[in-house]
Amino acid sequence: MSTRVPLPRWVDIALLPLLNVVLAFLIGGIVVMLVGQNPLDAVGIMLYGAFGYGSGFGYTLYYTTDFVFAGLAVSLAYHAGLFNIGPEGQAYVAGLGVILAALALNGQPWFITFPAMVIAGAVFGAAWAFVPAVLQAKRGSHIVITTILFNFIATSMMGYIISRILKPDTVASDESAPIDAISRVPQLRLFWSLFKNSPVNISFFLAMLALLAVYWLIWHTKFGFAMRALGHNPTAARYAGISNAKIIMITMALSGALAGMVAVNNVGGVQGRLILNFVSGAGFVGVAVAFMGKGHPLGVALSALLFGALYQGGQELAFSMPGITREMIVTIQALVILFTGAMGDMLRTPLERLFRPREPAAGGG
Amino acid sequence: MGYYTDLILILDSTVRLAIPLILACLAGLYSERAGIVDIGLEGKLLGSAFGAAAMSAVTGSAWLGLLAGVGVALGMSAIHGLASINLKGNQTISGVALNFLAAGLTTFLGQSWFHRGGYTPQLSGDQRFNPITLPFADQLKDVPILGGLYSELISGHNILAYVAFMAVPVTAFVLFQTRFGLRLRAVGENPKALDTAGISVTRLRYQALIITAVLVGIGGTYLSIAQSAGFNNNMSAGRGYIALAALIFAKWKPWPALATCLLFGFLDALQFRLQGVKFPLIGEVPVQAIQVLPYVLTIILLAGFIGRAVAPKASGVPYTKER
Repeated sequence: MSTRVPLPRWVDIALLPLLNVVLAFLIGGIVVMLVGQNPLDAVGIMLYGAFGYGSGFGYTLYYTTDFVFAGLAVSLAYHAGLFNIGPEGQAYVAGLGVILAALALNGQPWFITFPAMVIAGAVFGAAWAFVPAVLQAKRGSHIVITTILFNFIATSMMGYIISRILKPDTVASDESAPIDAISRVPQLRLFWSLFKNSPVNISFFLAMLALLAVYWLIWHTKFGFAMRALGHNPTAARYAGISNAKIIMITMALSGALAGMVAVNNVGGVQGRLILNFVSGAGFVGVAVAFMGKGHPLGVALSALLFGALYQGGQELAFSMPGITREMIVTIQALVILFTGAMGDMLRTPLERLFRPREPAAGGG
Repeated sequence: MGYYTDLILILDSTVRLAIPLILACLAGLYSERAGIVDIGLEGKLLGSAFGAAAMSAVTGSAWLGLLAGVGVALGMSAIHGLASINLKGNQTISGVALNFLAAGLTTFLGQSWFHRGGYTPQLSGDQRFNPITLPFADQLKDVPILGGLYSELISGHNILAYVAFMAVPVTAFVLFQTRFGLRLRAVGENPKALDTAGISVTRLRYQALIITAVLVGIGGTYLSIAQSAGFNNNMSAGRGYIALAALIFAKWKPWPALATCLLFGFLDALQFRLQGVKFPLIGEVPVQAIQVLPYVLTIILLAGFIGRAVAPKASGVPYTKER
């Protein structure tokens, strides 16, 4: 093989991922055509549903909030070479922390309960990620498998806790006691009437803060450097005097804490109580968001917004286009993971050929 | 006698619940032994369950359904192979993507083809694989102890169930007694050595993926048109992941895989029987506690507290020839 000429930077970090996303959507479009609908019409309806009116836009931002947290959780761990597929379970368990904190302080104004919910959610989410981290760091069990298994354990455990312990006798369905309106995370419609009846709440700003914090952590701290060193080459990191076990455990705890913020957004800001399976796949969307965003907070923000728009626009589409269901979005999500994650380098070779600097043929081939 | 009949019935449902696990677990065994991690087993089970039910509903033939089920699994394996063998992508990510793809497409296509909220039409008669009564099962039913065992537990399953049990000794033989098996194990441990010996790593890994697809395709088919009478949303319900856990628990060996799948199937069967049953001293055991047992057991094993589970060395690592 001839010496590889690296791609120009902008092609590598912008064009290649963009082409992969376009490819994923093209195939999604073909599937839409397969069931006899016009994909362009579908895109129009989705765009209108996601951005065209106040409450739709609010919903888009609400979904975006979830996906930013989950996407950051996956990205952060990935920088340390850890594939955390567990944000779903970590967010679910964090819901327990959030509801316990909120119910303990029930009746207090939001500026007291909100920080409490954030801290409790972070602690519970971190704890649920910490166990697989310890198992990886100390016992060498693979984090991918253990985080998957922990998702299942979380589902069963939370099902038991919600239906047998938290459920008050006065409530018919399986859910916890409600949080008083005054103690919930305030929704943005209180300040801007634009958002009408949409659930977007101030967790959205927390998500923006988290983006900045993660950026700073990864690229501007000693810890972030150690983390990336571990991710690139564990052996080299160890020789450089970095304690890999420590970094794994701290990174996973932080990752779980980020995932836990999904619970603040939903339990504290939307449902106002702990319900069964409230995460409903947001943790898994985080995987897609992280790969599409290449693990960079800016990329995560953009792809979270894209997925937020897809989820909200997809609802709209399911209403107005016969034959299209919400699952179409899961399909697109899968295609995005496939093309930006697993097959991310498919177009690299053709692009390298395209962008190879023109020079006289010397020793090519 | 009452207790004995109860036991036979629990064991019978153990077998029924274990069959898709056995098939998926052996499927995973082939690909992981060849060095390819297959998180996508769950999606393949789901996809082939849908393919089988849809085909059987349209054509009325369970055998064509089986063909479609295996076909879907082959297609998904081809994507997995392209991503993880040719493009040298991340196998875990590819598997995760396949799981989402199956979850999304089965419901989406099911809804737009059959308009039943993601369910396929109810199947009956030749559209399903029906129980086979083994010779003399009815006559021997009343023989004490062994009669019940034979007529309830051993007889009365469908052909796919027997295929699943046959697959275990066959796998053990192929893996440990044939040249192909030796190469398969080698390519998962040290692909370079194989490459040096002039054997194509790519070809061998694709062969493994094909066997994986056939087995998991039969497993998915069993779910929708043998065990049930049609497809419903997300009907694999995590069985692919349990099979993966069982594979680790069995340390990537065929006979222990059978034992583990039976154990996990037994826990599953127990969970239905113990609902609402009160024990002396401990009282009622919550279903959730039994539900999590396979996962907890696997984690304890992974943590190295009961033996050590060491995966094939090259598992999950794409092979690149040096040039």
